[in-house]
Amino acid sequence: MESESATTMNFGENIGHTARRAASAVAAFGVALAALPQAALAQAATAAAEAAPTEAASAAAGSYVPMKPVPGIGQPVDGAIGFQQQFSPTGHYALWMHDAILMPVITIISLFVLLLLIIVAARFNKRANPVASRTSHNTLIEVIWTLVPVLILVGIAIPSITLLARQYKPAPDNALTVKATGNQWFWTYTYPDNGGLEVISNMLPDDEAVKRGEPAKLGVDNRLVLPVGEPIRLQTVGADVIHSFAVPSLWFKLDAVPGRVNEKVLFIEKPGVYYGQCSELCGARHGYMPIAIEALPRDKFNAWVLSQGGKLDHQPKAPAAAAAPAAAPAAGASAAPAADASAAAPASTESAAPAA
Amino acid sequence: MATTAETFQAHGDAHDHAHDHDHKPGFFARWFMSTNHKDIGTLYLIFAIFAGVIGGAVSGLMRLELEQPGIQYLTIWATWFDGKPAEMNTALHLWNVLITAHGLIMVFFMVMPAIIGGFGNWFVPLMIGAPDMAFPRMNNISFWLTVAGFCSLMLSAFVPGDTTGLGAGIGWTAYAPLSTYGSSGPATDFAIFSLHLAGAGSIMGAINFITTIFNMRAPGMTLHKMPLFVWSVLVTAFLLLLALPVLAAAITMLITDRNFGTTFFDPSGGGDPILYQHLFWFFGHPEVYIMILPGFGIISQIISTFSKKPVFGYLGMAYAMVAIGVVGFIVWAHHMYTTGLSVNTKMYFTAATMVIAVPTGIKIFSWIATMWGGSLEFKAPMVWAIGFIFLFTVGGVTGVVLSNGGIDDNLQDTYYVVAHFHYVLSLGAVTSLFAGFYYWFPKMSGKMYSEFLAHLHFWVFFVGVNLIFFPMHFLGFQGMPRRYPDYPAAFEHWNWVATLGYKIMAVSTLIFFINILYAFVAGKKAAGNYWGEHATTLEWTLSSPPPFHQFETLPVIDDAAHH
Repeated sequence: MESESATTMNFGENIGHTARRAASAVAAFGVALAALPQAALAQAATAAAEAAPTEAASAAAGSYVPMKPVPGIGQPVDGAIGFQQQFSPTGHYALWMHDAILMPVITIISLFVLLLLIIVAARFNKRANPVASRTSHNTLIEVIWTLVPVLILVGIAIPSITLLARQYKPAPDNALTVKATGNQWFWTYTYPDNGGLEVISNMLPDDEAVKRGEPAKLGVDNRLVLPVGEPIRLQTVGADVIHSFAVPSLWFKLDAVPGRVNEKVLFIEKPGVYYGQCSELCGARHGYMPIAIEALPRDKFNAWVLSQGGKLDHQPKAPAAAAAPAAAPAAGASAAPAADASAAAPASTESAAPAA
Repeated sequence: MATTAETFQAHGDAHDHAHDHDHKPGFFARWFMSTNHKDIGTLYLIFAIFAGVIGGAVSGLMRLELEQPGIQYLTIWATWFDGKPAEMNTALHLWNVLITAHGLIMVFFMVMPAIIGGFGNWFVPLMIGAPDMAFPRMNNISFWLTVAGFCSLMLSAFVPGDTTGLGAGIGWTAYAPLSTYGSSGPATDFAIFSLHLAGAGSIMGAINFITTIFNMRAPGMTLHKMPLFVWSVLVTAFLLLLALPVLAAAITMLITDRNFGTTFFDPSGGGDPILYQHLFWFFGHPEVYIMILPGFGIISQIISTFSKKPVFGYLGMAYAMVAIGVVGFIVWAHHMYTTGLSVNTKMYFTAATMVIAVPTGIKIFSWIATMWGGSLEFKAPMVWAIGFIFLFTVGGVTGVVLSNGGIDDNLQDTYYVVAHFHYVLSLGAVTSLFAGFYYWFPKMSGKMYSEFLAHLHFWVFFVGVNLIFFPMHFLGFQGMPRRYPDYPAAFEHWNWVATLGYKIMAVSTLIFFINILYAFVAGKKAAGNYWGEHATTLEWTLSSPPPFHQFETLPVIDDAAHH
């Protein structure tokens, strides 16, 4: 459904376009509640991402070419009624929780209330029931409609607390640290583990975005390039006012507040381009400071770092490192040569796969 | 003025004006120096409608701009507004001024004045059998402070907000540091001062309601015999009394940070911007219950009247509101899930927030149980009330979704949140306002409106607002952030639908005004109790409109009476 609406979005077909919108507006209004869970579940199913082919490290320094975004991946889809496809372990869990638990529960409750209202209107209108009863108490039913919601909420709270615990598992000591600084109105990305490499990221003008094959208002001149398949310690801070670093397809949002460093783990499963937008009102151009993450396999990431003049003095540890945290501090000191780094990359992708 | 012989007891005491119990002061004294709760209630309602038209027009400008991606109108409006060719940043700043104005007007100058100042003033004294409010002069200054606050907010639009343009573009939440060193001009000071004035007015109003309800109930009317609308205003008044001073403190600190060199919210001087958010939402969350609780009370009265049954589970209904009020004070940080709260904090606020669904559920099911077994009459107020129950349920269940800190990480500050709070406010509180308006308008004015137009208003409104706000859930799922004047092409479809919905809603508002006009020009004269014997609260024992002073001999509530 998403791909169809994306391809029919041709400019110029105004009449058909408008008619389609009007028709689906009415349809959506009518069936939206019922249709939501299925649509969103279907999306979740396709999100079971196949492993990305990790090519052998052959990319020489300086050969970085920005990746082309794939329509419908890592960016919004016109007319869609569910979440964006997810590419992180927390994203999968959260999406499952929303689509399999929350959405059915709230849909059933809403329809139940609607059904009761319809029954009441049909059975107890003044023609059908000319004489009203005087019942105003029934202890049993009052206890039931207090306790049943409590049980439902406990049922929701369990996965909800689990989700929070997962999202907030701190990053391993040797995780790559990247800092995103919100400015009025652009983002600065700093890589302290890569020789303090700094990237300034501004929104592309619409015509330039179109030329580069990127969605307007989402494309940026310099992306936040990150490695896939390993936990990243993403820190946010605000340089002037509060901003918020948000990427819907990675289920990630963290405010960038002046005077404090916020930190959360980001784990990207697949190479790709993932877009987001500033999500805290920050002044005039609040709408014009998008976020674009380009996720690359470790070897290509390393190549990108070198092409930008960064250093590879931080590399993720081989699987054993997780069991031997004592070795972690050494990682920063012994600057690993590029060749070693690329050899270690496939292994790290394996080791960092999300635990169920 | 209508004769009130049946219900109005002749004066037995030595009043100066005993020769004419319905003596009214002259125009200026009556409307500008009023100490009469009904006149002040009328002033509040007129003011709220006026402010609502402005706030609604602002949202119309916003929906117009959002109909398509790109900036279509803002530059033109900014050029006209600033009187010189507008640069892009000036146009974008105007957007922030619009969203700020819309939020502040609708919250502080439309819903609150209408539901508490308007209906509260009119019907709390009538329902408890009191001659007036406890502090009539304070009642008067409450109203005029609200008006002064509104003027201050309007003034803020005409002074520089920033280097980029006129007006305060800080959002209704006025988060520091955007509202401190992020907005250098005086517009923000005017906007903050407007909240000081309106807040002071509301605090005085709250004191007035609490005193009136505790001390001026007619003989025999115990707390547990009070109509549920009075209960709802009582709980609301306590929320106002406890929450608004916290807002006053927070925005006073904004003022001193801005003008007097303090650094409460400035990290460069040891302050913390997150402190402001804690203070704001400690006020802000009770505030949303302040806006909806009186609506709950109105709906209870209407459902009972038109079901011809007493309210089901009266005590449960009253104490559910008390519970909502109490729990409402300990859930504030669910507005701040993405600010960097610790995981334990998020877990607590997730669990505490969910608890609110329980008393809310009790209310929904009790309303349905009140109708169950009843003999329903689908008069306009009843149709609005039933619409309220459904719309509020939809807004309530999306609140349960958002209460989950882990889910909110993706939905925070997106259109899903916008959809949620408009379902409980624009479709909840406002629907209850219209329900109350149709329920009591003939009582207040003495004129019947057109039942047909009131029904038509409901259905057109219902379709319109759902078309505006239901698709916003989808936009939120897809990640469209709030407070954006412009968006990627992929958000166009549902934005277009929402703007279509706005146009339909605007037509419904037109029907509303035509209906009021009809009532005053051609409406039938309203009887004292035009809803019949099942409208049992004390306002129905009086004429429509009630005499200028009522209950000079207090009514006595017998033991059998129960609401």
